[in-house]
Amino acid sequence: MIEDPYLGKYTACVSARSTDREILKKSQDGGIATTLMVYALEQGIIDGAIVTGKGDRPWEPKPFVAMSREDILKARGTIYNISPQISWLKEATRSYGLDRVGVTGVCCQMQAVRKAQLYPMNMRDVPEKIGLAIGLFCMENFSYKSMQTIVEDHAAQSLGSVKKMEITKGKFWVYTDRGNVATVPLKDTHKYEQPGCHVCLDYVSNLGDISTGSVGSPEGWSTVFIRTRKGNEVWSRAVDEGLFETKPIEDVKPGLDLLRKLAKEKIDKNRKTLEERRNFGVNKALRDPYA
Amino acid sequence: MLNSIKKTVGGEGKPTQVATEKKMEATMEAKPVANKIKLGHVHLSGCTGCLVSTADNNLGFIKILDNYADLVYSLTLADVRHVPEMDVALVEGSVCIQDHESVEEIRETREKAKIVVALGSCACYGNITRFSRGGQHNQPQHESFLPIGDLIDVDVYIPGCPPSPELIRNVAVMAYLLLEGDEDQKALAGKYLKPLMDLAKRGTSACFCDLMDDVINQGLCIGCGTCAASCPVRAITIELGKPQGQSDLCIKCGSCYGACPRSFFNFEVIDEFEAISDMIAEALK
Repeated sequence: MIEDPYLGKYTACVSARSTDREILKKSQDGGIATTLMVYALEQGIIDGAIVTGKGDRPWEPKPFVAMSREDILKARGTIYNISPQISWLKEATRSYGLDRVGVTGVCCQMQAVRKAQLYPMNMRDVPEKIGLAIGLFCMENFSYKSMQTIVEDHAAQSLGSVKKMEITKGKFWVYTDRGNVATVPLKDTHKYEQPGCHVCLDYVSNLGDISTGSVGSPEGWSTVFIRTRKGNEVWSRAVDEGLFETKPIEDVKPGLDLLRKLAKEKIDKNRKTLEERRNFGVNKALRDPYA
Repeated sequence: MLNSIKKTVGGEGKPTQVATEKKMEATMEAKPVANKIKLGHVHLSGCTGCLVSTADNNLGFIKILDNYADLVYSLTLADVRHVPEMDVALVEGSVCIQDHESVEEIRETREKAKIVVALGSCACYGNITRFSRGGQHNQPQHESFLPIGDLIDVDVYIPGCPPSPELIRNVAVMAYLLLEGDEDQKALAGKYLKPLMDLAKRGTSACFCDLMDDVINQGLCIGCGTCAASCPVRAITIELGKPQGQSDLCIKCGSCYGACPRSFFNFEVIDEFEAISDMIAEALK
């Protein structure tokens, strides 16, 4: 078990890519989360998974309980505004009667899952029924309206025509159906971030069973942290069955150094925000959620 | 921290010490072993849902009564008429202040219990009894119901309507470790219980608006959806990334605020979720 102040606890870290071509076609990077959830479902490790589908508005995320490969595949790719995954956590065990729930989400949502397991406030049946929790790396997130403003006002693209969005190389990228590529420098998008993200002290989903994201791996690949006993069991079985190509993280560029650098940047910056909140008013503090 | 848990679980790979060390050698009929704690259930104006939830731990509840606690008081489950000395009193329901018996009982509970736990939202926050208008058939003057914290000091809150069986179980195990464990176990239990003690200090009213006041308005909400999952009456939905509460549906149980990852989040405990969950499972095997 490795314990890193910025990357959390993990037993192993690799760079990986799914070998499932259908999944890769529309996945954000290496298709890790989708492939793992499909595998867990088909192996009976989970009975269903809370994933992100499409809401009523274009690029509005709407979580749902997926109970088949087809359903899970609908959730491929990143939507750059927050999807309230956890809102289905109890319902999945009750209305859907799942005994082993798979859940994907960003760092704060993994925190919510673990808090619900140790301090289940009106979360009956949840603590013992988390079958697999896959966390995603997350620097910050946007509200729907923020994302709309970035895409429509800054990148000047109609939200309905957008095929893929991506944050990489210091820019917010917008790809449209007709091949247009627009970028917005991240310094212009910072002000649209969710304020709640600025007190978050987790970059790589320290509390997932497995956590994954593009940073640290080459294009089309993902970095994967295996963190818990359950995560290790699922991951080793999936790799044994040839579902992933893997490379040691030490052998890929840019590797763990970049991850550690970005994690440190995020966490140090947010610790500063928490510090500033202590003296925000005149002899008045804003609330510290960790106090 | 991790070491203290490992010690509690008895180290990696080794079978647990918690369960075996304190294992009761005698049978149920024999005199209770000395190091079990005295647990009581005090029933005020509540619907017994909290007690049912406690019992819904099934074999886990039996195990707690076998190995860790004697149920010394419980109107429903034990034949004891007067509030005895207790280590931990789980109080269900709010206090009807027109009912002399209830007021006496909660006062006496405070005097005779080392730790008073408000079990469920009626005891913590009044919950549905806040909406009481009195007018009961034989006692029409019974109309004012207060959360127990308005009459006595309360040590630990377990919000929920009903509270999750698993949370009741966790608190019971941690209370045992706090009172009967070694130094490390005491420290772990203290850390686990602290946020629930802080909730007790925070106040005796709750509502969806706590999320507005202390999370959303404070710039802390991340739209994760936890509040919506925890709401027992489905009063909370997430609209455009933020919780939307229907105040006329809200029963003032305080679950949403307690469940929110931005109400409290103690890294030193929650980061060890795997080890702590293992420990509790092992202790109740």
